[in-house]
Amino acid sequence: MKSFQYLRPETLNDALVMLEQFGDSAKPLLGGTDLITRIQRGQADLNAVIDLKHVQDISSSIEAGTSMITVGARVVLSDLVRNEHVQKFFPALVDAASTVGSIQIRNRATLVGNICNASPAADTVPTLIVYRASVTVAGTEVKRSVPLKDFFLGPGKTVCGPSELVISVHIPLPGKPFGAAFGRLTRRKGVDLATINMACGIDAKSITTFVFGAVGPTPITTSDESGNLAKTDLPESQRDEILKSLIHQTSPISDVRAGKNYRQATLLSIGRRVLFQAQQRYHLQAG
Amino acid sequence: MPEKKIQISITVNGERHDLEVAAHETLLQLLRDQLDLTGTKKCCGEGECGACTVIMDGHTVNSCIILAAEADGSEVLTIEGLSEKGKPSALQTAFLDKGAVQCGFCTPGMIMAAHYLLMNNPNPTVDEIKEGLAGNLCRCTGYKKIVEAVRTVAEDGE
Repeated sequence: MKSFQYLRPETLNDALVMLEQFGDSAKPLLGGTDLITRIQRGQADLNAVIDLKHVQDISSSIEAGTSMITVGARVVLSDLVRNEHVQKFFPALVDAASTVGSIQIRNRATLVGNICNASPAADTVPTLIVYRASVTVAGTEVKRSVPLKDFFLGPGKTVCGPSELVISVHIPLPGKPFGAAFGRLTRRKGVDLATINMACGIDAKSITTFVFGAVGPTPITTSDESGNLAKTDLPESQRDEILKSLIHQTSPISDVRAGKNYRQATLLSIGRRVLFQAQQRYHLQAG
Repeated sequence: MPEKKIQISITVNGERHDLEVAAHETLLQLLRDQLDLTGTKKCCGEGECGACTVIMDGHTVNSCIILAAEADGSEVLTIEGLSEKGKPSALQTAFLDKGAVQCGFCTPGMIMAAHYLLMNNPNPTVDEIKEGLAGNLCRCTGYKKIVEAVRTVAEDGE
């Protein structure tokens, strides 16, 4: 393995200055479940790895406010799924985050890492977009807020520049009623990347939003604004017709995990399942 | 450019070590090559199979994808630290009694994952055991006897 420097800043500013010095040849390190693997495979040619786990002004806690919850960049997925506020307000996020890797991975991997790695198959991302999450991106000069739906540019590419860091995720508490669900297809249970994944959200205006993962270079967000998909008594043929029109906006490819046709076929069957669960959660709140 | 070594301090199985590590050295390499604790296995090397599972600061991790430098200041428990006064722990004994070991390569990681599961959930159901061990691959046993072994040491184990 090529040698690199291991750096351990203690302030956000120091971390950002280091990133600026090294540019593309440095990567920030949180859980490392993707980064260290890539380094070991020789897929990351780096001069420095900047470990952010000792940066005091990057939070390792989940703050529950009156209008949103904020997840610091050092929060690992195991802590996220155990958090009572996350469980109460964002059950689909718990479902999604619980599928990432294995317990060993989730004890180490962070929500922000899952986002910033920008894998089209990232399991937490479709659900976070359905919940209208945004991230705070910090540079040496300014901090900016970016809606997650606008964050991804392509596989491994985001709007976060080489000398910027995502320091937190903000998820607004959904207006009631709101129902969301997550679904995925994998070849085996545990430690497998999603062949496809998706999240569905139904909001108070009966708008149903689907976000599909692993079927395009970035997550694909589509909505049914007619209010029909939110109805539990919609005839199956009409439901499938709308679902197909949403799925039509995806662009799956064939790769090691599945062929294009299989992905397209499973989008519909998992889409039905996820819609059903989102409806159930919606009507639980609607009463 | 000669590689700069990093000074770290790590407590493994209750014993503190002050060591020098290279930036690219993993926790797994440190355990096996520097401390000669070869119970922890290297298999896939990318966090998929769980053979390298150890407990770091109270949580199971894949030691193959953690830099040794990241483990500075941490407390690590390996399979060697599970035995009590040189005798296998109840969980280790259950693995032997139930025939949950065949080639044995996955066993240390499997036992560390099961130990962690029982720490957090002393009475797991079969499904909870399967979920708790989902990050550990075994290519010999078919898992049945492993699950049985863990059930044996559960609080109401039969």
